[in-house]
Amino acid sequence: MLEFFHFKKAIPFMRYGKTTTAISLATFLFSVWALFFYGLNLGVDFTGGTVMEVRYAQAAPLDTIRETIKATGYHEVAVQNFGSSQDVLIRVPLKEGVSSAQISEQIMGVLKSTTPDVSLSKVDFVGGQVGQELYENGGLALLLVAAGIIIYLAIRFEWRFAVSAAIANLHDVVIILGLFAFFQWQFDLTVLAGVLAILGYSVNESVVVFDRIRENIRTMRDETIPDIIDSAITTTMSRTIITHLSTQIMVTSMLWFGGEALHNFALALTIGIMFGIYSSVLVASPLLLLFGLKREHMIPKEEEKIEGMNADGSVV
Amino acid sequence: MIAVILLVGVIYSVPNFFPSEPAVQLSPKLDQPIDPATMQRFEQALQAKGLTVRASENNGQQALFRFEDTDTQLKASEALKEAVGSQFVVALNLAPSTPGWLRALNANPMYLGLDLRGGVHFLMEVDMQAATDKAIDRYEDEFRDLLREQDIKYQGIAREGDSIVAKFNDAFARDTAENALRKSYGDSLQFSKPADGNSLQASISQATLVGIQKFAVQQNIITLRKRVNELGVAEPVIQQQGMNRIVVQLPGVQDTARAKEILGATATLEFRLVDEENDPFQAQQNGRPPIGSQLYKERNGNPILLKRKVMLTGDYITDASSGFDQNNRPAVHITLDGKGASRFAKVTGENVQKLMAVVFIETKIDSKEVDGQQVKTSKTTEEVINVARIQEQLSKRFQITGLDSPKESRDLALLLRAGALAAPLYIVEERTVGPSMGKENIEKGFNSNIWGFAAVVVFMLVYYRMFGLTASLALGINGFFLFALLSMLQATLTLPGLAGIALTLGMAIDANVLINERIREELRAGASPQVAINAGYDRAWGTILDSNLTTLIAGIALFLLGSGPIKGFAVVLCLGILTSMFSAVTVSRAIVNLIYGYKPRLQKISI
Repeated sequence: MLEFFHFKKAIPFMRYGKTTTAISLATFLFSVWALFFYGLNLGVDFTGGTVMEVRYAQAAPLDTIRETIKATGYHEVAVQNFGSSQDVLIRVPLKEGVSSAQISEQIMGVLKSTTPDVSLSKVDFVGGQVGQELYENGGLALLLVAAGIIIYLAIRFEWRFAVSAAIANLHDVVIILGLFAFFQWQFDLTVLAGVLAILGYSVNESVVVFDRIRENIRTMRDETIPDIIDSAITTTMSRTIITHLSTQIMVTSMLWFGGEALHNFALALTIGIMFGIYSSVLVASPLLLLFGLKREHMIPKEEEKIEGMNADGSVV
Repeated sequence: MIAVILLVGVIYSVPNFFPSEPAVQLSPKLDQPIDPATMQRFEQALQAKGLTVRASENNGQQALFRFEDTDTQLKASEALKEAVGSQFVVALNLAPSTPGWLRALNANPMYLGLDLRGGVHFLMEVDMQAATDKAIDRYEDEFRDLLREQDIKYQGIAREGDSIVAKFNDAFARDTAENALRKSYGDSLQFSKPADGNSLQASISQATLVGIQKFAVQQNIITLRKRVNELGVAEPVIQQQGMNRIVVQLPGVQDTARAKEILGATATLEFRLVDEENDPFQAQQNGRPPIGSQLYKERNGNPILLKRKVMLTGDYITDASSGFDQNNRPAVHITLDGKGASRFAKVTGENVQKLMAVVFIETKIDSKEVDGQQVKTSKTTEEVINVARIQEQLSKRFQITGLDSPKESRDLALLLRAGALAAPLYIVEERTVGPSMGKENIEKGFNSNIWGFAAVVVFMLVYYRMFGLTASLALGINGFFLFALLSMLQATLTLPGLAGIALTLGMAIDANVLINERIREELRAGASPQVAINAGYDRAWGTILDSNLTTLIAGIALFLLGSGPIKGFAVVLCLGILTSMFSAVTVSRAIVNLIYGYKPRLQKISI
């Protein structure tokens, strides 16, 4: 039997609770700082504007392209290589009073006039209003997912589990956003989809651990809650690593073969998966303790009735 | 049971793996079925150019001709456009080469999204303020007419913001006017009397406003549909989105500049008298229409001579609706504004019992490349959409009869409205993907899936051996299920969708990992292999359910709030979760039973 992760004894994760919480808090604060200081590099999906991808037969003359476009009156145009030396990405910001739908045609016109062997691969034009709406809907989706997960977990487990899992996952999301802000990677609709998928996926992780904790509470009657949590994490450790490794294999494949279009999406997933492992084990579980999880919270109702009984067992 | 589901899964996912063939698709511009005789006409047109058809089919509404290569396809499309282009929409298409027996089972491949096949996506916004403005101006005109007709004296009528204010000399005139106006407009306008003297204020009620805006969107959709038909797009999508937006998707369209021009064309209408004294066929033959007349073509292709003088233009039409006349024949009811009504009453009064034609005129700016230079030409198409006899003097409200079917009257009403008062449209979002880019995207998405899957399988085999094999088989089958389900639902596959497939496959293995780890644990605890397998599957189930349902919640939220490509990703994510829950538990269990089930006293399992 090939095993990477088989531990004879439970690893005392909870004893390191303070350290891990400190680490999380540090990364979290770093991310929040990056978000505020740098801000997300939002794509046209959210800011509005035009992005064109054009392909040249030979290596693209970036400087000439810049000059030609400037000559037509668009000043804040960003021109850069994209994927290969033949592919060029042109970003034109939204401009008041200019019918933006015409921009791509105009630019393509002038590019063709200087270099005929250029072809248009892709145009994305998003109006300011639409961008704003996409942005708002994205935020709303994030909230909706978080609320949905909290409600589901509160019903299936208990509110302490729900809130711990939600905080752990939002912690992941904030870290993804923070890294995207820090490195100024472009944040567009597909990345948002990735972030939301991570929110659903990384809660998986917490659920698996929680499931074990619940089971252990029922079977390991003599041990303390921290011991129970340690045991649950240790026994699910192997599964955690294997699953994430498999998912990461797929995501890596996307990073490798998926091209530019899927690159940032896969990147968001990678960060999410890495921190997903960490946060479900080392953020969600200490939070459970912090919220004061007790054995009684997870014991079925018939035993709860005892609370109303007198010392002699009779109910008055 | 599982074998049956598996078979269904394979059957419905297989069509996606057949290559598509170049084809030309024909659909009638008017609502008429394509009969065998028409098919013969098409075939003759193709034979005349010496083009060989690989296969043809006709389902009544659409005819499809398949060709060996794109070169023949292009030639065929040209030939057909020349021969029958006036009556049929000729569009290039890629037809799936799915065998007949699969198609008979309704097993069709998924649609490819614009990012995978190339094309344009426009999101257009209807200018609602313009629509409302037009309506208010119209009411203002109508108020003047009505008060004049009823001899009620007023000082002035003017627009104030979104309401109309009429000023009167005294309270009595005001009250009479209010009564008269209420009678005509009571259900669409709200009247109030401002405190400052003898004036009357009318504002559009909320319900009417919503009606006006709905109408403006509907009208634009109809006009767009008509124009898209001219572009010759095989599977266009034109849909309302939200209150005031329209999505237009044109798969395969490369020339976005031309698409924008055609979509942005303006249309008008003209009413003209028919020249009944001269023979239109003769005029067509010698190419010289008589003086004072002009040669036109009717929709069925017949020539018709119309007087040059225009009786009325469509600018005066305020509304057109389809319905029936006194004899229960289909008719179109038209309402004109005040000025139009008086003009029309005069000319029709002079021409009772004569034939009158309705001409639909569309102007579009066409840009072509001539010697490397962009040349813009304004192109006008004129079409006689209806000819009817004037029965009596016509005025503000009248009807056009002599239509063949209620469907035709509906179409005519739409065209009349479309020609007259469409509210302006703006493009608020555009996404264009070139054809080579589409192909690359398919390749990339496909490669990510294949290589990722292969790597996961290798990893599983090494780590879990026999149980890794069952997990991999279950994963592969899951892939088939997902493809089959998406094909059955005729979902549109996009690049984010392909990414979603890869992600769900990666996540799906989780269920099997959970099960396998559980089995190992039970074995370690000293359980016998069979007991361990049973316990492993049973105990893991609750965890699998919980963890998948939370991901499903995320998927559903994405679906509800996502737009375009995100929706595609969400659909795949949700369906993938459902199929993986099924295949990871049921299918892998079945395989395990197949391998180990018949050994009651199993000593060792390979996990």
